[in-house]
Amino acid sequence: MNKLWIVFGSLIMWSCNNKPRHVIVSAEGKVVYTDSANWPASFGLGRPASSSDIAKMDLDVRPDGKGLPVGEGNAIAGKAIYLTKCVACHGTDTTSGDAKLLGPVLISTKPGKGKTIGNYWPYATTLFDYVRRAMPYNEPGSLTNEEVYQVTAFLLQANKIIGEQDVMNAKTLPKLVMPAQKRFIPDDRKGGPEVR
Amino acid sequence: MAVENKQENKLSKPISRRILLGGAATAAVVLLKSSYGQVVQKAITHAELKIADPTKVLGPPPGALGTRSKFETPVKKASDISSRTPLQDLFGTITPSDLHYERHHAGVPVIDPHSYSLTIHGMVDKPLVFSLADLKRFPSVTRIFFVECSGNYRGGKAEMTPQEICGLTSQSEWTGVMLSTLFREVGVKSKASWFLAEGSDAAVMTRSVPVNKGWEDAMIAYAQNGEAIRPEQGYPARLLLPGWEGNTSVKWLRRIELSDQPFMTREETAKYTEGVKDGKIRQFSFVMDARSIITYPAYPQQLQKGWMEIRGIAWSGRGKIYKVEVSTNGGKTWQDARLQDPVLDKAHTAFRYLWEWKGGEAELLSRAIDETGYIQPTMKQLTDARGQDMGGYHLNPVTSWLVQRDGKVLFKSEK
Repeated sequence: MNKLWIVFGSLIMWSCNNKPRHVIVSAEGKVVYTDSANWPASFGLGRPASSSDIAKMDLDVRPDGKGLPVGEGNAIAGKAIYLTKCVACHGTDTTSGDAKLLGPVLISTKPGKGKTIGNYWPYATTLFDYVRRAMPYNEPGSLTNEEVYQVTAFLLQANKIIGEQDVMNAKTLPKLVMPAQKRFIPDDRKGGPEVR
Repeated sequence: MAVENKQENKLSKPISRRILLGGAATAAVVLLKSSYGQVVQKAITHAELKIADPTKVLGPPPGALGTRSKFETPVKKASDISSRTPLQDLFGTITPSDLHYERHHAGVPVIDPHSYSLTIHGMVDKPLVFSLADLKRFPSVTRIFFVECSGNYRGGKAEMTPQEICGLTSQSEWTGVMLSTLFREVGVKSKASWFLAEGSDAAVMTRSVPVNKGWEDAMIAYAQNGEAIRPEQGYPARLLLPGWEGNTSVKWLRRIELSDQPFMTREETAKYTEGVKDGKIRQFSFVMDARSIITYPAYPQQLQKGWMEIRGIAWSGRGKIYKVEVSTNGGKTWQDARLQDPVLDKAHTAFRYLWEWKGGEAELLSRAIDETGYIQPTMKQLTDARGQDMGGYHLNPVTSWLVQRDGKVLFKSEK
């Protein structure tokens, strides 16, 4: 995972014309600025962010699991939440594809049935992160961490990535390898005459 | 525009081209307060528009806030998820702030500027919280550039305006503090390679951005076209990444976290990624490639024989527009259009080409060439390069307008 991202990162940096002119990185790895030579070392603006300031808003979850909270859940519990709070917009495996849904189709392992979790999403951790920060659409951020683990487990199980009894928590979720992950490639457009 | 009507104070005469095209019954659109106190638009007829000789009637005194002429009624075209800039109604290259396109994922939040803050933390020496007043005290920068949604192509029928085809691009003069200035203040560690930008809308929307873009030309903007940023554009402060797909320019910015890897948020995995050949999915396709569109003549204008200026805009997320070529015969031959100076980096650039329409069929095209040598492709070139499953992101095909013998101008839809 980390190796892959070193390759991705360097490709992207390379495509962005390397370091901008006013930033130089010294041999010791120190960042040096050339456009602000007459600036004070600090403007003294802003106040220190305390760990509680940061903890209050630091919602994100990375693919390596950093940011996942305590708690756990399985698909059985998640299904009950899904059928109450999610199904109206996202449908089920049998209803999606029939009617026009308000939200994107989430459940399908087959290609061609929309970009679903089973056929498109590259990381399972994204599911936890997104459900916790933005869902349900009409009540964003209203689910407890436990409920988010449960809904995440149900969506993974409905897309046939885990079993009904499998428990999702900070340890198990980052270990899942999503079916579509191998399809993702970094941007290879770079300007110039070639159309990509 | 080419079809100017001589303005006269007679109700029976057409008042402007747009009104003429808007239909016979509607003379203008006015803003009214409904019984619920909401401002609504109401069409009024010619008969209701009592226009006296302006040289014989005292006009209103100076006011606290300017308004558009009641004869000018450009509007954004809204869907459930976005609303589009009326490119065909604009002149020059600055988009009036109230006509800037909108795309948001959970509505427009109301944020009190006094309680607003931006927190920068993660791989930094000193995590800091900045108030809006703090941001405004830093050395500031003003820069003109476009913001474009990466899903900015619609096709499917002949009766489509530039607004409907690619109205998810707009240009403003933005003022703010360079992100590099804030990076310097917090002391970004040299091993940090990505940062997460997070909005404080109901989607708490997040994107991962390579840290180099932050050093290069990213800006935290608090002003747009000379005043505070509009709520729809991220009030009170937003991230702006010149030339990159609009979604990465996170609005209502509340937090930046420095990291050594991308966060793989929903908007950079399930969304804003596009199918390419061999079942692959292209990710982190940030830069908006060069594009242009003729905004006059275009649907729904009705041409009259004679000389006119073919007008449009061209832009590239990779730098300056080097050249725009125009064809009036479906691409058999191309001529250089005139570019309006100054041609700015990563900015809408106006182009013009003088043309005499003699009444025959014609096919009008424009193609942008940017300073990297990239030539705006046709839809076929895009499909050939990416395959049939390419989806709707980063589609920048040459737009073709078919001029019919009767003077109607129709969009040649290719997808």
